[in-house]
Amino acid sequence: MMKPKQTKSLRGTQGLISLLASLLSIMVGLLVGLALLSLLNPAHAFSGFLKILTTGLATTEKMAKVLYQAMPLMLCGLAVAFAFKTGLFNIGAAGQYTMGAFCALTVAIALQQPWYIALIAAALGGALLGAIPGICKALFNVNEVITSIMFNWITMYAVNLTINNMPIMLTNYWSKSTIKDRTAPLMDANPAGILPKGGLDTLMNSNYINIGIFIAIGVAIVIWIILQKTVLGYELKACGYNRHASQYAGINAKRNIVLSMIISGALAGLGGGLYYLSGTGQYTLVKVLLGMGFNGIPVALLASSNPLGVIFSSLFISYIQVGGDALQPHFIKENIDIIISAIIYLSAFALLMKGWIAKLILRGSPRNANLEVPALNTAEASVSDPDTTATAQAAQKEDAQ
Amino acid sequence: MSEYVIEMLGITKKFPGIIANDDVTLQLKKGEIHALLGENGAGKSTLMSILFGLYQPDAGQIRKDGEVVQINNPNDANRLHIGMVHQHFKLVDVFTVLDNIILGAEQTKHGILQKHEARAKVLELCQQYGLAVDPDATIEEISVGMQQRVEILKMLFRDNDILIFDEPTAVLTPQEIDELMHSMRGFAKEGKSILFITHKLNEIMAVADRVTVLRKGKHVGTVNVADVTMDDLAEMMVGRKVSFVTEKAEAHVGEAKLRVQNLSVAGRNAAKDKVHNINFSVRGGEIVGIAGIDGNGQTELVHALTGLAPASKGHIFIGNEEVTGASVRTRNNKGLSHIPEDRHKHGLVLDYTLGENLVLKDYFEPQYQHAGFLRFDAITRHAEELIEKFDIRSGQGANTIARSMSGGNQQKAIVARELALSPDVLIAVQPTRGLDVGAIEYIHRQIIAARDSGRAVLLVSLELDEVMNLSDRILVMHDGEIVAEVDAKYATAQELGLYMSGASKQQIAAENEVNA
Repeated sequence: MMKPKQTKSLRGTQGLISLLASLLSIMVGLLVGLALLSLLNPAHAFSGFLKILTTGLATTEKMAKVLYQAMPLMLCGLAVAFAFKTGLFNIGAAGQYTMGAFCALTVAIALQQPWYIALIAAALGGALLGAIPGICKALFNVNEVITSIMFNWITMYAVNLTINNMPIMLTNYWSKSTIKDRTAPLMDANPAGILPKGGLDTLMNSNYINIGIFIAIGVAIVIWIILQKTVLGYELKACGYNRHASQYAGINAKRNIVLSMIISGALAGLGGGLYYLSGTGQYTLVKVLLGMGFNGIPVALLASSNPLGVIFSSLFISYIQVGGDALQPHFIKENIDIIISAIIYLSAFALLMKGWIAKLILRGSPRNANLEVPALNTAEASVSDPDTTATAQAAQKEDAQ
Repeated sequence: MSEYVIEMLGITKKFPGIIANDDVTLQLKKGEIHALLGENGAGKSTLMSILFGLYQPDAGQIRKDGEVVQINNPNDANRLHIGMVHQHFKLVDVFTVLDNIILGAEQTKHGILQKHEARAKVLELCQQYGLAVDPDATIEEISVGMQQRVEILKMLFRDNDILIFDEPTAVLTPQEIDELMHSMRGFAKEGKSILFITHKLNEIMAVADRVTVLRKGKHVGTVNVADVTMDDLAEMMVGRKVSFVTEKAEAHVGEAKLRVQNLSVAGRNAAKDKVHNINFSVRGGEIVGIAGIDGNGQTELVHALTGLAPASKGHIFIGNEEVTGASVRTRNNKGLSHIPEDRHKHGLVLDYTLGENLVLKDYFEPQYQHAGFLRFDAITRHAEELIEKFDIRSGQGANTIARSMSGGNQQKAIVARELALSPDVLIAVQPTRGLDVGAIEYIHRQIIAARDSGRAVLLVSLELDEVMNLSDRILVMHDGEIVAEVDAKYATAQELGLYMSGASKQQIAAENEVNA
């Protein structure tokens, strides 16, 4: 029998392709980073490149920084990945993250509640904001990308406006400082609102580390279980893989769209909560969208939307970011940002890579007459056809109807 | 000069894991109609794609008029005057007939399109071959049969003299098929050579001079049609004796299990109703077939019945309960099963495993879940039972990804799932599309078994033979309405064909009278 063999090798190949694709994307990203470094400052290019690669593990302090930044990234990555799995593109993670930060800080500072209550508030805030694009999509068939982008801005301005008009939230309310363009440090306002350090701070000799990273990893595992093991995950994935088939099966696609966006929003919101409840950052009232939510997109793409993969991809991207910070003073801040972004975004091309690798492995596979070669349909539709795989998947995600 | 205009000698084409063409030889004489016969997956399309320049063969050579040629892409094929009518037409819907014909072969002067000469040539060709089309109509306005004529004109316009027809009759009514055959004979008489890809034996017997048979990528033989019978060809194609008539016992008809009253489905944007005022019922123990040409409201009717799209008027009853506005799941729970028209779009979640797909409609039942967690052991056991019972072939049993299964086995999986639900009403739409003879026989037997166990079966198919073979009663749909109800025992393809093309009862009666 030829067919079973065929399937088996194909499946194995696919798993391998996914991993290879991620690793290759990272390599390409790094190489382009190196090229940019040489362009901007040839004398320090190679040493700079080494810095990017090694800084994250150089000291326990840097390691703590990596974990600290990975924590919100992981949750934003999960938010995007979870929505992807349901066939939705949640580009609103930035807004939901901001909303989470706002809710957490309000509950911690204005209402003087402990960190766990604040975290719950953060998740609820994100969920509420995620629900809006979900409902618009389910009921009125409005593309979630459009609504979430608009709500990113709405949220940012609304949050800034609200905090600005709540004196109790601002730094100058809690100390003699005259700073009033940012929220009060939790150390002054409500030490109980800070995430516990669990002794990690002394262990790693860093103020940045706390139990938040474990919460994030725990959430990733829970999300993986939901997607893999539960009825809910089965329905959500069915909607994502093939909405027509899920409708045919009687699955309530509308309910699932809303639910998926709520969960996705809650994850991003939780990310915002964790970051600002670490006690090391203050929310600043500036008119820029927080990049964290957007960085969730490459995190999810690099992980091919696998929740467990997100743990590693977020750690990787955080690692590169921490390495990038060490490029100063030989490179200026703006250039560093460009280099690091290039590395991150190219690393996220895993999907595209997947197509290319598949093409190399399955060279000569047919493009058209696949009706005649049923066994090949599989290869054709699932992994090959490089130019369409990525775009088709993206389109599928954006496909409104 | 060689006796043959085109020779494909010892063609071998391998794809990973499969040999699509294994040392296949095909020789086409000038002025002959040469059929290429084989089941789905036999390698017909691959062979023709090689001739048309879409693939390169791994071994073998192609000769035109005795000289070896290299065909790297369809443009090369065109230069060698090879033309092809694809199974799915390659036309621009919003362009006119003329624009479609000249597309890719436009004549220009200083960069400006010159359509006059082209128009004259098209009209002349229409005249010469008796192909009636309006060059100024847009493709979306004209019938499928006429669209096919446009495709044929495209080839003629390019002065092609080797014409490839890929399953050209699949979309036509019996009458249109006769017309097409007539045209094909005309082309052959003019000295053009025709390659006619098909899996329908009666068409070969009717029109072809010689036939080359492929089976599983191998060349079984080339014979003169005059020397063989249909049974011989079937045996060559399938590799064993085949019976064409599906055997079934008398129907034991029970109570109506599916009733449809005055059902209408609105068209988009307040256009004409897609389904208009339809009434019928299906009783337990009978198969009611719906015949009709593609696009006459069958899909919309099925979607309204199954709840995938809303009905605009009328009532639908399953048993005695009205389900007109009910959700898909409510209908399913009331005993409706649905083998969908498009197994990839609706029937399966291709990225799910076979096991997951087999519980697609009842995963929420207590036997498959506990407290919101799926019981994968129960799902696997269920899958293994159905795999055994319905002979579904898959590489890794219940864990096979549905996408990696062959079309026939995917369809078997859907049939298994739907029948395992023990439905009162089974709606089967195109249940054997694209399957090989073995799988078709199998699925037909299952559908008849469902009928014999007292289920009400509604069969919707574009294959007239299938409708006539399986059904107890036949309803004919035309333009969204049911235009005729015929007892399957007395139905003829000719009569059904007339109804399918929209002729009224009176017209048919009148015609019969004239003939008598």
